[in-house]
Amino acid sequence: MNAAIVTVLIAMLGGAIRVSTPFMFVALGECLTEKSGRVNLGLEGTLVLGAMVAYATSYHTGSPWAGVLAAGVAGSALGAMHGSICSLKRVNDVAVGIAMMLFGVGVAFFFGKPYIQPTAPRLGSIPLGGFSDDPSLRSALDVNPLFFVGILVAFLMAWALANTRVGLVVRTVGDSAAAALAMGLNVNRVRILATTVGGFLAGVGGAFLSLSYPGSWNQGLSSGQGLMAVALVIFARWNPLRCVAAALLFGGAGALGPALQSVGVTQGYYFFNAAPYILTLGIMIATSSATRATRDMPGELSMAR
Amino acid sequence: MAAPAQGAVASAGPGPEIARPAAGARGELVRRMRTNAEYVVIPAIALIAAGLVFAVFLLAIGRSPIDFVDYVWRGGFGTAFSLQNTLQRSAPLILTALAVAIPARIGLIMIGGEGALVLGGFAAAAIATPMIGVVPPFLTLIVMFVVGAAVGAMWVGFAGFLRYARGVNETIASLLLNYVGIAIMNFFVEGVLRDLSNPNKPSTKPIGEAYMVGKIPGTDVHWGFAVGILLAILLQILMSRTTFGFAARIVGGNMRAALAQGLPVGKIMVACTMIAGACAGIAGFYEVAAIQGRANASLAAGYGFTGILVSFLARHNPIAIVPVAILFGGLVASGGLIQRRMDLPDATVLVLQGLIFVVLLISETLYGRFAIFRANETKERT
Repeated sequence: MNAAIVTVLIAMLGGAIRVSTPFMFVALGECLTEKSGRVNLGLEGTLVLGAMVAYATSYHTGSPWAGVLAAGVAGSALGAMHGSICSLKRVNDVAVGIAMMLFGVGVAFFFGKPYIQPTAPRLGSIPLGGFSDDPSLRSALDVNPLFFVGILVAFLMAWALANTRVGLVVRTVGDSAAAALAMGLNVNRVRILATTVGGFLAGVGGAFLSLSYPGSWNQGLSSGQGLMAVALVIFARWNPLRCVAAALLFGGAGALGPALQSVGVTQGYYFFNAAPYILTLGIMIATSSATRATRDMPGELSMAR
Repeated sequence: MAAPAQGAVASAGPGPEIARPAAGARGELVRRMRTNAEYVVIPAIALIAAGLVFAVFLLAIGRSPIDFVDYVWRGGFGTAFSLQNTLQRSAPLILTALAVAIPARIGLIMIGGEGALVLGGFAAAAIATPMIGVVPPFLTLIVMFVVGAAVGAMWVGFAGFLRYARGVNETIASLLLNYVGIAIMNFFVEGVLRDLSNPNKPSTKPIGEAYMVGKIPGTDVHWGFAVGILLAILLQILMSRTTFGFAARIVGGNMRAALAQGLPVGKIMVACTMIAGACAGIAGFYEVAAIQGRANASLAAGYGFTGILVSFLARHNPIAIVPVAILFGGLVASGGLIQRRMDLPDATVLVLQGLIFVVLLISETLYGRFAIFRANETKERT
């Protein structure tokens, strides 16, 4: 029994690292977008399109890193589209997000059909478990470089938001459009750029899905990860570093089902599959309040009541 | 500047039109026709524009847009068979669109229709299992209908309650509940409620031919279509002709004003979201009791998501939802034909729907920009 618990814990550790990476990228992208005062609910679509584009590019060029870059570019395109549409007057960013989600998923499924069968070169991973003889621990510690890239981006973003002029501009635009206007900033341009960069990150997160874990392209690849990542940003209170921590937590929750299955607990498989969604919902219930805005929320966010 | 989200949703639908004094009966009529025409013309422009973009897309990948239109017509509307197929498919679209429209009237973007449809349908099938052969079909169907509607109502109503009681973002919450709902159904369908005599797809026990919902006499369309239209009419009356609807419109227009007026905002919110969920649950009931005969993963066929688009195109107006749902029912129905004859992936319809949705939202910016629709420029200027 003890051995089983250890196996589950190791599988969850490995799972948390693997599963959290796409969460991390999408959450960081959304964090930047929301810091500028917009919500992009369409990142689920960006994630799926990124996964497809990355897989297709990797298949054709033979270079998975070219796939990662292409996924980022595709994500930027969707982000720029979302940002530009939301800059029009009277357009609701939440509704546009839903539309972009359906559009992104549709485009990905449309062009992705020929790539379901073939195998594309995948991203290699860094074996960090060399010290151990335990094969399950070693496989758990085969960490994809994108995981570290994500953490690096989080630190960079946290530093840039707090200490650079660009960070100040993004925060000002997100907190008070009137103040930003008074400073002579072009509010819409800043938001479009923030959404575009956010889309790039989400696209890279998609590349991880198809090129590392689960590591293939099919239509059921993402089931709401992009969406949960958006909720996760609220939980992380718009702080890139807390986004990483929250992503790891979600990764662990997402790894629970497969980890239990690996030791033969198959009962309630669907229940454990639903665990991340229920966790997200629970966290949203716990952190929201009916009477006051969530702490640290950018003032221009339309989620604010 | 970002327009306030709630205002943008609340302004949808030709709802709050306060009559201006001294307009005269005829002037008033002209004014209303002008302002209402805007709500028809602009979505129509958006539909045409999206169609043109899609035509360019088809040309770019070497397919003929004319063939596409031809197949949509033949597969969706051209023959008696295809038209009835379309109407059959528009039934869940009407109901899931209503599930978006009613909360939208109070400023909530709820997209929990898919989950409520799946769970409503599943609950209906589950409650029917012990009743088959014991309770007469008619009574069983009534119980299934009520249970499906109630479970759907609970599901979306829960998101509405969370929004009011805890300030949880209703869009994200309802989307998450979709996944949870589908997971719950899978849990039971692959577990305790699985029909072991069916080795193929995990499903509940079939309810049997005798217990299925019949067709509307003279057609091949099940009663869900008629019920959808009836509900659309009833909800239009509820939202535009009753005190409840009036209060709901105030909540949608200005939440603070509604609170200051002492309106029971929480009750209205939960009531509207429960109505929405009930509609989606009823859609699930008909999918089970009239089409599938059992609950399984095919319930999550995306009707809930297409319903979002239908409701937005209809500007969250229950009556307008019916023709729009029929239009999209035809598109969904012709999907198979397009796929086979034009050698296009099944996601083609998804691409077109996404495109229409995006262009439609872009068109929101056009409201109020055309002088021809403006109310105060009636006789004197023209």
